[in-house]
Parts: sequence; C-alpha cells; structure tokens
Amino acid sequence: MSVLVFIDQAEGHIKKSSFEAASYGAKTAELSGTFAEAIVIGQMKDDLSELGKYGIKKVHAISNEALNNFDSKVYTTLIQQLVESTNANTVIFSNNTSGKSIAPRLSIRMKAGLVSGAVALPDITSGFIIKKSVFSGKAFANIKIHTEKKIITLNPNAFNIIKGNGVAEIVEFTTTLPAYSIEVTETNKIVGDVPLSEADIVISGGRGLKGPENWGLVTDLAKLLGAATACSRPVADIHWRPHHEHVGQTGLAIAPNLYIAIGISGAIQHLAGVNRSKTIVVINKDPEAPFFKAADYGIVGDAFEVVPKIIESIKKMKSLS
Amino acid sequence: MLPIIEDWWLFFNYNFTIMKILVCISKTPDTTAKIAFADNNTKFASDGVQWIINPYDEWYSLVRAIELKEADPTISIHLINVGGPESEPIIRKALALGGDEAIRINCDSNDSFNVASQIANVAKQGNYDLIFTGKETIDFNGSSIGGMLAELLDLPFVSHVTKFNIETNMAVIIREIDGGEETNKAAMPLVISCQKGMAEQRIPNMKGIMGARTKPLKVLDPVDVVSLTSIVSFDLPPAKAGVKLVSPENPEELVRLLHEEAKAI
Repeated sequence: MSVLVFIDQAEGHIKKSSFEAASYGAKTAELSGTFAEAIVIGQMKDDLSELGKYGIKKVHAISNEALNNFDSKVYTTLIQQLVESTNANTVIFSNNTSGKSIAPRLSIRMKAGLVSGAVALPDITSGFIIKKSVFSGKAFANIKIHTEKKIITLNPNAFNIIKGNGVAEIVEFTTTLPAYSIEVTETNKIVGDVPLSEADIVISGGRGLKGPENWGLVTDLAKLLGAATACSRPVADIHWRPHHEHVGQTGLAIAPNLYIAIGISGAIQHLAGVNRSKTIVVINKDPEAPFFKAADYGIVGDAFEVVPKIIESIKKMKSLS
Repeated sequence: MLPIIEDWWLFFNYNFTIMKILVCISKTPDTTAKIAFADNNTKFASDGVQWIINPYDEWYSLVRAIELKEADPTISIHLINVGGPESEPIIRKALALGGDEAIRINCDSNDSFNVASQIANVAKQGNYDLIFTGKETIDFNGSSIGGMLAELLDLPFVSHVTKFNIETNMAVIIREIDGGEETNKAAMPLVISCQKGMAEQRIPNMKGIMGARTKPLKVLDPVDVVSLTSIVSFDLPPAKAGVKLVSPENPEELVRLLHEEAKAI
C-alpha cells in the first residue's frame, strides 16, 4: 500500500524536480498513513541514501549502465515489476519529459487512474481528489481518481522541497533487462546552462531587444543570477534565439520562482506559459503593454538603459552580502 | 478463378505497401479564449468560444504528416477525433489542410483513458505505420493520449518530438529532454507526440477547403469504457494584487524589492 516515487536522473545525477516528487510522495504517504519508497533506474553517481532527507524510506535501485538510455517501454516494465513486488498503491512522477512518457503507459498496465500536472497534495477527505493545472496555467481542475491504484505526475516548481534528516535504505532490485523498443543514438545537452524547466529564475527577452546581437543584456543578467534564459515566440520564430527557449502556450510552460521579462509585451499566449511563476517582473518601455497587468513588479523604461543598471545594482548587493 | 484473384491481390499488396499515418486531432478553445466556468464551476463556459484544432495536433503533428505525404504521395493520412458533432468543423479544416479521410468517434469524455481506448480500438483495425499526437492539448494539458495509445497497442512511444524523418524504413527522431535533446531510432509501427520544431503552421488553401467537403468523414459509435478519472470542479487562480511600478531612474529599488520583499534573489 506504499507510495512509490520515480527518481529521474541525468548523467547519474538526481534531477531537482525529483526531490520535489520525493517530498510530495512522502507527504502523500503520510496522509494515507503509509510510507514512501523510490525507484532509480540506471547507473548513478549521486548518493541515493540522501533521498532519506526528502522522506524516502527505501530506494530500489536498478544499477545498470545499459539502462541509462531512456525508453518509455523498458522503464514502464521495470517500474511495473517493482510495483507488483512492493505492492505500491500510488506512483509519483515529475511532470517532465520522462514522467509524461512513462506515466500514461504505466497507467494502462496498472489499471490506475492518472492525473498529470498536479499542483497540490491529494485531498483524501472524500475519495482521492487532486488539483491540477489546466488551460495552460489559466485555471485548475480538481480531478477524482476512481481506481484503487493511482498515478500522479507533479508539475515542476509546484511543490516545495521538504528536507529533513533521514537516511534511505538502498536495495538493488534485480530483474531481467527488458528489450529496448527504441535506440538512443545521440544525446546533446546544452552544457553549463540551467535547464529551463527546472530553473528557479528565468530571464526572458522579446522583440523589444531589437536583435540577437543585444542578447548580452539577457545572458549577463542570467549569468549573474544563475538563471536560465528564455524568449517569446516571435523571437524564436525569426531565429534570434533557439526554439527550445520559447516559453508560452505553444512553447514550454514554466513556473519559476522569479520570471523577468525584458521587452516582451505579454500576449495572452505568452502569459499562458509563464503565469504560474511566483514573482513576475516586467521591463518594457510601453506603459500599455498587457504584461504589466500580470506582473508583480514593473519598470516602464528603456531596457537598454535599465537592465545594465539592474546588473550593477545586483553586483553591488552581492559584494556587500 | 477466385483463389487466383486473391493471390494476385496479395502479390500486389506485398509489392506496393502503402504507408498509413493516423493523426489524432482534438478540439480545444482558441488560444485567446476567455477561461471561465459554469454550472457551479463544474463545466467550462463554452458560450461564444471559438474552437480550433489543438495547436500541437495541427501545426506540428498534422503538418509534418502532410510534409511526409508531399515527399511520398503514396502515403495515406487518416484523421481521428473523439468528440461530439461540434468537432466536425475542425475535422473538415484538418481535411482541408491535407488529411485524406477522417473518423470521428461520437463520444465526449474528459478521461484520457477513455479517449485513448476509443482511438486504440480503431487503430487496431487500421494497420497504421505511424500514429501522431500533439504533445498535449492546450485545455487539459494531460500529455497522456500518446503514451496510453502506445501501451494499448504495445508499440514503442517517443514523446516531445521536434524532428521526424524516415530513413530506410526506420524512424529517425529528435526529441526534447530536460536541458537538451536526444536522437532516437525506432522501427515502425510507432507512436510519437509532436511539438514545436516538427513543422510550421499552414493555412488551408481554397482547393483544400473545396476538396475537404467531399472527403470521407466516418462517424463511429464509441466502445464501452469505464473512465478512471472524472472532473469534480474547476478553480480560477487568485487575481494578482496589481503591479508595483518602480521608476526607470531608480532600478536599484527593484533589486531591493526583489531581495527584501519578494525574497526572489
């Protein structure tokens, strides 16, 4: 009857969103008077007993280099085997590219209702109801799962990491390797950059920056704050910035702690991708830019004058602290 | 005589296997639609809402299928939609863009297991080489149909695909992963979910629109499926308190607010 959390990894390191999933899984277990375990697939470099700090009691590791390549079918088979052997009742994923690939498959195998994009703990006062983000962040839906087994994917940055002192027990889960249905022939990581979907702070630029040669403003500020960089749709469409930086309704939906939009007017489609951000700052010289209505802080002014001053001011603040 | 004719047809099929692509299309509110709820917050308020083909289904998955057909005209594109009669205008638009024929399963459900089961039931009989979905719909953001379909049909599944090509009968795929991308190779049949990068948005031309009127659109009754989830209610996020404007002469004040008040830096 336990809760099982899928721990997603990249090159042997646990992803930040998986610490959120672990904390969420531990709290979900607590609500139903049970405990949380985790499954990690692939050869790891991180110390898995650390997951105990996030409330995980036991980690089931399948340490095999061959499993570092992702295949939703293989991963589903392995997780299903562990679910059967531990009799887990609820499985938690991060709502990222891995979670979105595995959770639907596993839902069919386990005959478990799936809620993807959860933003809060389940409400178990009458049944099992989970709040999830819908309409690209413009609303929430409360979804009831009718089945005894349940699967939840948790939106990144929607649930705070809870860190304590536990130490997780690590056990090796031995099983036969399922056959791969796809072959991963190449992986390209954008090295050194913070992945946009997991970033705490995102600095984003729009057409107001007038050209790709001016992106230094965005990247300098991002570097200073350890932030990821993003852009609006027109900027990606005219190839000033790569497509994977496009945030908005048809790009990536993000929910960082801080989103700073420079020279972006804030069309409704752009807002749909960023409106779950905790704090939104808008810098735009047009006081009528719709983005100001959705912002927490704003500066009506010329980005080319304002942003360098902000950079100087942050540098000063950092040198004082 | 009859057995001979049958044998001849087997030979014909063997030599001229036609690739079939099934493109799943969903109806969603327009991207600028006002999001509000009715019936005590249990239903989306659809009055006056303009319906469109889910952008991921249309711009990326359908248009890429059409591009593949343009490169190899023997390819046949079937469209499938799970929805009521109000889905027909968006199905006709997809036919106008370049689908060959369409199936609508007359069923209105918000449960992804139900929707995936309806599509899988048809797909099983269709011998499709490729099944395309969007990476998610812009209304329920479930990202579930592709993976569920793959599992119901026991097929490989690649999600978040940004590039798709066929090279010597193998699918060569680039997909997005957190902070990067990877290249996958897979045999067909195969299910993929598509996103930005796959293709560019198109507008149907007059010839397409005229032609779409007479293309086949078959309506099927749904199979019995017990839904695994249901929507209890909707909420709107709390309204923002309003923007705090800082003078452009004094951006230091913004840094102070972000540090001390918002505790964001």
